[in-house]
Amino acid sequence: MNAWLDEALTKVAADATALRTLFPGVGRRVGRGPSDTPGWTVDDVARVRLLKAAPGAAAEMPDLYRYGDAAEKRAVLRGLSVVDIGDAGLDLVADALRTNDTRLVTAAMGEYAAEHLDDSAYRHGVLKCVFMGIPLAEVAGLGRRIDEELLRMMRSFAAERTAAGRAVPADLLPLLNEQDA
Amino acid sequence: MRIFDPHIHMSSRTTDDYAAMHAAGVRALVEPAFWLGQPRMNVGSFTDYFDALVGWEPFRASQFGIAHHCTIALNPKEANDPRCAPVLDLLPRYLEKDGVVAVGEIGYDSMTAEEDKAFAAQLALAIDHELPAMVHTPHRDKAAGTERSIAVVRESGIAPERVVLDHLNEVTVAMVKESGSWMGFSIYPDTKMDEERMVAILREYGTEKVLVNSAADWGKSDPLKTRKTGDAMLAAGFTEDDVDRVLWRNPVEFYGQSGRLDLEGEATEAEFAGNSILRGARK
Repeated sequence: MNAWLDEALTKVAADATALRTLFPGVGRRVGRGPSDTPGWTVDDVARVRLLKAAPGAAAEMPDLYRYGDAAEKRAVLRGLSVVDIGDAGLDLVADALRTNDTRLVTAAMGEYAAEHLDDSAYRHGVLKCVFMGIPLAEVAGLGRRIDEELLRMMRSFAAERTAAGRAVPADLLPLLNEQDA
Repeated sequence: MRIFDPHIHMSSRTTDDYAAMHAAGVRALVEPAFWLGQPRMNVGSFTDYFDALVGWEPFRASQFGIAHHCTIALNPKEANDPRCAPVLDLLPRYLEKDGVVAVGEIGYDSMTAEEDKAFAAQLALAIDHELPAMVHTPHRDKAAGTERSIAVVRESGIAPERVVLDHLNEVTVAMVKESGSWMGFSIYPDTKMDEERMVAILREYGTEKVLVNSAADWGKSDPLKTRKTGDAMLAAGFTEDDVDRVLWRNPVEFYGQSGRLDLEGEATEAEFAGNSILRGARK
């Protein structure tokens, strides 16, 4: 266990505004390598623990995201599903999905997005992942949220790629074939 | 010759400059937050600029094999504008970021009451966030401004060796050396300081606690002035080791006090937020 993180957890538990200055330096203190949570780095895990430990973190998260660098933004997006933020996280997800940063787009399409995005936004989020080459295995909730319209969009994307003589992402094919069968 | 430019405004420079700097031996630099020429009208302009100093600009530098760090502050000139001063409240968020190695540029422009307030407040932030401070000395009434800056630094309680007073010249160098702070010199075409004068100052005052920078920005300036000063030192009989101390080890020692200097160079990422700086079709 990291002594710095222990102390930080105590501070944010007493006052959520401490997140404002503790969040940025997490990588320097705990490292940035892979963690036991697949796809998450050690600093992702530590930052999400800080969010969980801070009563009132939900009110801090929009500005943590706004003033965050890419690693901080990614952690806020990952934290959306463990903090009771209601619909207030939707703006952050929408912002991340507008970027062309695969790290942010991937984090945006987590469990919170699967729970809260409306059908159209969810479909476009999935399609953006396909377009950017993000593995569909990293998109939360696909099994329960896939619908005929999303399949149509994917088929259309695959047709466009094929017409251009370009490859269709391999993880798309089983989904399309499954429905055709 | 390995070079660390401790003060250069790369946001105003081109990719050709980055390439030429690398070819000349520049492997690391610090970009202080300063004025952009065009006055800012709101706090958001500052935060977008700070975001670039910790985001896009380090990425751009990395594409040319140069480690980029920055300093963050409300500069003295814009501290006088009440529309800009509230950015002080947002500085604590930025002063904790990885690439931030000092609070700066702070100090005086016209020595107003507003500048006094911002200067003192930001020295206190440097202490709080355990960062060194970079102090810009004024271009007008420089000697009086430098003297007053030294006094403000002393009153703040920050250790003098954690402060650099920049843009010094023949008139201001002695009082800064006496104070125990670091001495910064900006080698500029025609104005602040030139290579030959710099060599004369090094002869008289030695190489300890001296930082030599190009301060290249959007004005008439030259990002290769650090290299040219190194060459002038060698021509004047200084050793390779003297040059290495002034142009590399000194800035590493000064900014190393932040504990955040990373000169190992992480693997260069191919894209920043989906954008490459290498334009044209991507294969």
